[in-house]
Amino acid sequence: MLEPILISFESLNITSLLPMAILVFGALSIICIDLMTKALSRSFYTILTVLFITLSLGAVLGYHGGNRGFFDVVLVDGIALLSQIIILVTSAFYVPLALGGRRFQEFAMAEFYALFLFMIVGFQFMVATDNLILIFIGLETASLALYTMIAMHNRKKASEAALKYFTMGALAAGFYTMSALIFYTLTGSVEIHQIAEILQSKGFEPIIGVLAGTVFMLGALGFKLSMVPFHTWTPDVYEGSSSALAGYMSIVPKIAGFVVALRFFDMLMDSNIVWLDNILYIAVVLTMTLGNIIALVQEDVKRMLAFSSIAHSGFVLSAILIGSTEAHAGLFLYWVLFMLANLGAFTMLWATRHRKNLWDGRFQHPFVKFSGMIKIMPANAVIMGIFMFALAGMPPFSVFWGKLYLVSAAVNNGFICLAIIMALNSAIAVYYYMKLMVYMFLKEPLSNDERIYTSNTSTTLKVILAFAAFLTSTSVIIVNPLLEIITNYVKISGF
Amino acid sequence: MDHILSLIIFFPLLAGIAGFLVNKDSIRVYGIVVSALEFSLTIALWIGFDNNIDGFQFVEHASLISNFGMSYSIGVDGISLFLVILSTFMTMIALIGLNIEKDAKNLIISILYLEMTMVGVFLSLDVILFYLFWEFSLVPMLYIIGAWGSDRRIYAAIKFFLYTFAGSVLMLVGILYMGYFYFQQTGIWSFSIVDWQLLSMPFNLQLWLFGAFFLAFAIKVPMFPFHTWLPYAHGQAPTIGSVILAAVLLKMGTYGMVRFLLPLFPDATIYFLMPIAIVAIIMVIYAAMVAYAQEDMKQVIAYSSISHMGIIILGIFAINAEGITGSIFLMISHGIVSGALFMLVGCIYDRRHTKNMSEFGGLAISMPTFATIYGIMLMASVGLPLTIGFVGEFLSLMGFYKVNWLMTLFAGTGIILGAVYMLTLYKRSFFGEITNEKNRGLKDLHGRELVALVPLVALVAILGIYPKPLLEPIDLSVKKMLVLMHKKAVLPDTQDFILKVNTIKGGE
Repeated sequence: MLEPILISFESLNITSLLPMAILVFGALSIICIDLMTKALSRSFYTILTVLFITLSLGAVLGYHGGNRGFFDVVLVDGIALLSQIIILVTSAFYVPLALGGRRFQEFAMAEFYALFLFMIVGFQFMVATDNLILIFIGLETASLALYTMIAMHNRKKASEAALKYFTMGALAAGFYTMSALIFYTLTGSVEIHQIAEILQSKGFEPIIGVLAGTVFMLGALGFKLSMVPFHTWTPDVYEGSSSALAGYMSIVPKIAGFVVALRFFDMLMDSNIVWLDNILYIAVVLTMTLGNIIALVQEDVKRMLAFSSIAHSGFVLSAILIGSTEAHAGLFLYWVLFMLANLGAFTMLWATRHRKNLWDGRFQHPFVKFSGMIKIMPANAVIMGIFMFALAGMPPFSVFWGKLYLVSAAVNNGFICLAIIMALNSAIAVYYYMKLMVYMFLKEPLSNDERIYTSNTSTTLKVILAFAAFLTSTSVIIVNPLLEIITNYVKISGF
Repeated sequence: MDHILSLIIFFPLLAGIAGFLVNKDSIRVYGIVVSALEFSLTIALWIGFDNNIDGFQFVEHASLISNFGMSYSIGVDGISLFLVILSTFMTMIALIGLNIEKDAKNLIISILYLEMTMVGVFLSLDVILFYLFWEFSLVPMLYIIGAWGSDRRIYAAIKFFLYTFAGSVLMLVGILYMGYFYFQQTGIWSFSIVDWQLLSMPFNLQLWLFGAFFLAFAIKVPMFPFHTWLPYAHGQAPTIGSVILAAVLLKMGTYGMVRFLLPLFPDATIYFLMPIAIVAIIMVIYAAMVAYAQEDMKQVIAYSSISHMGIIILGIFAINAEGITGSIFLMISHGIVSGALFMLVGCIYDRRHTKNMSEFGGLAISMPTFATIYGIMLMASVGLPLTIGFVGEFLSLMGFYKVNWLMTLFAGTGIILGAVYMLTLYKRSFFGEITNEKNRGLKDLHGRELVALVPLVALVAILGIYPKPLLEPIDLSVKKMLVLMHKKAVLPDTQDFILKVNTIKGGE
């Protein structure tokens, strides 16, 4: 007979699970409510979801326990808290996008909101652990929920996108398990910090095993972070899903992926294995350069934003390569600032969505759609212009400060060559963002009918747009407090 | 007068935002009033400016991103004072001369934003702040060229934007490296130019950073061979765009050279002096020759701008008080003169809808006032003594004469060539009989155009005869900078060179 295992309840540190528990409870209650009455409007579910997210955020901010919890599986360190905050805040901004002017069937279904909450829980588990198995569970929970939500958009392209994402995701999951398996074989543990210790004591032998594990992991994370050459799904999936969800996908799954990559590669970076640096270096440079170059030739704004988000990922991944505290803080700073501008850009696409593809047989948001927008809707054009310049890294808008900080981190750590590549890439990126500016400001409008642009615009979307535009253009003021908070969180977790 | 500089920077911004509320019909007058107010603010600044202080005045300092050492730090000295006044003055003049009706509101608001960025560039003492204004100045200009220009405007606007943007991203890396170097040396993060100027740097590092900064400035100026964007931009831009581009935006590049390259990297400056001077001379002569070959009147003036910018660069790299003071004066005079010339071309273009010289001829008969003002500006551009153009050109060349007399001689031929193409232009367009009937009975300059142009004519004469009020404060600040350069140079050769070019033979 097995010995009973005695564990005191305190040692479980159950509060470390509170943020996730709140959201699970929220998701279940939404399903229950839906079972009882069908008459509730999407606004009810939206606001309820935002409230649960806010509660969860409160639990994260108020967390005062130890680092470890729940059989030491959960790890609540600085970056876990920080990335949870980013995930929750971003989610709280994106959920209200359901309240557009037009009705879409997915937003009328309560399941959408339940799935949304489950997805957030998945991401939270991904960032709040260094256990390879729990990371996997979080990853899959979130991904499965996300595939379903994409498919719920229920257009031909949406099903295609969901299927494509699912297939690619399944392959990535396979890669991930292979990697976890190899590391387990090598070290007998699935906890990243233990793997690190054991590998260190063994002197990273056998090198072929470590190499295989790393390559598989790079492949798995590469899919999630849409690194070149694992990026091919990104534009199609973005195009197929609703703009609201596409914008969300460009931020939140990636921050969760970054945290995992940060934990994982930080362990390997200490090994001083040269080829590892080189692999990462090549991946980073390829991702940002190819993402940018392919974005140059896109004809659809959403696809352009998809490729540009690949380039942004590459840019941010350089932080992991640089590996200093400053760079890691820069990663989060960049992503928060990127979130503001990206939120605005995708919300604008969402708000100007029209039922039919009026401008192009193939694309929903071709560049011509925005021709002469300054003459039809000056305020919208100026706001979209701000987002485009922000994404392009024009001072003084938000992303510029992230770029500044990351490039400076590269310079300070002796990566001068990388810094120059990063700078040149920003110059390339300007071109395709400018293309939209050129259409909006310099070309003549195709029609003067404002209504075809505003069919999905609602007060909620306008508020979000105004908010994003305000923060994007005044970010020079918020950068300093933001940086202090981020640096603080990153420092206490020792990255 | 405590916060007058902040006021000068942000007044156009606020006025621009408020301008969205002003009705279309009144926006032109609104623009003129705002720019006149802004101009009077800068005049107040000049009155309050103490001519006996060589350092920065009206300094304001507030920490902006303290973790990073970036601060909101602005100030004015003799070098920047008149460039600021030039910016606000030329903006006002350009707005008075403005006659675009289409989407005038957007245009005027863009001009006001542009004015903010120009003033901001000249007043920033923090390098990151400088970079912010520097980059942001591209945005309104992109819009102005791209939306109100002629046929190939979009291509020209994008070329202008990408060219200058690509140049300055490398400067950003340079700035960040410099900040890091400062941190290594002192343990403090700072991007203040005043702090940076006190730091001595190893020679090798100077070379690299010089290169990063120089590229951005050289593209902006624009120096040969990076000049190809300028004729395009001028060719397609509306009159007001050309006026501001030629009068102020190009000066940002040369101002950057004076403010950053010389005091920060004295050894690298001397090291690169000869190559840069040779390129500058090529620029002077080559651009003058190309100007001679142009058919389009606006292109002639565009290329003459490049030619004159060459002399400005030559003056800066003379590394002595005469040369640098002269080149700063030449920046101002070139701003006034080229602004006026572009405006005059705009006047004739409005009447005839062509800028081709072969279409003109005998304009002096139908438009005598126009011909007179054009003639005066042309003479000033050529550098006729007693006009504003002469002072700066003479001082710049005199400064460089101490470095190398032979090269100065070559640069001098540029002036002769300048006279050749300008006088040819004048002959072909204004003299002779009226060959093209369309030119008969053209309306002479009137109202708005005269109001805009007469002050420029007055300035050309007054400052040509008595440039001292401008030269004195400039000279004081330049001398301070030279002393600093001499002090912080790390190579003895550099120090010797600076001493050599700054002493008058036989005297002192």
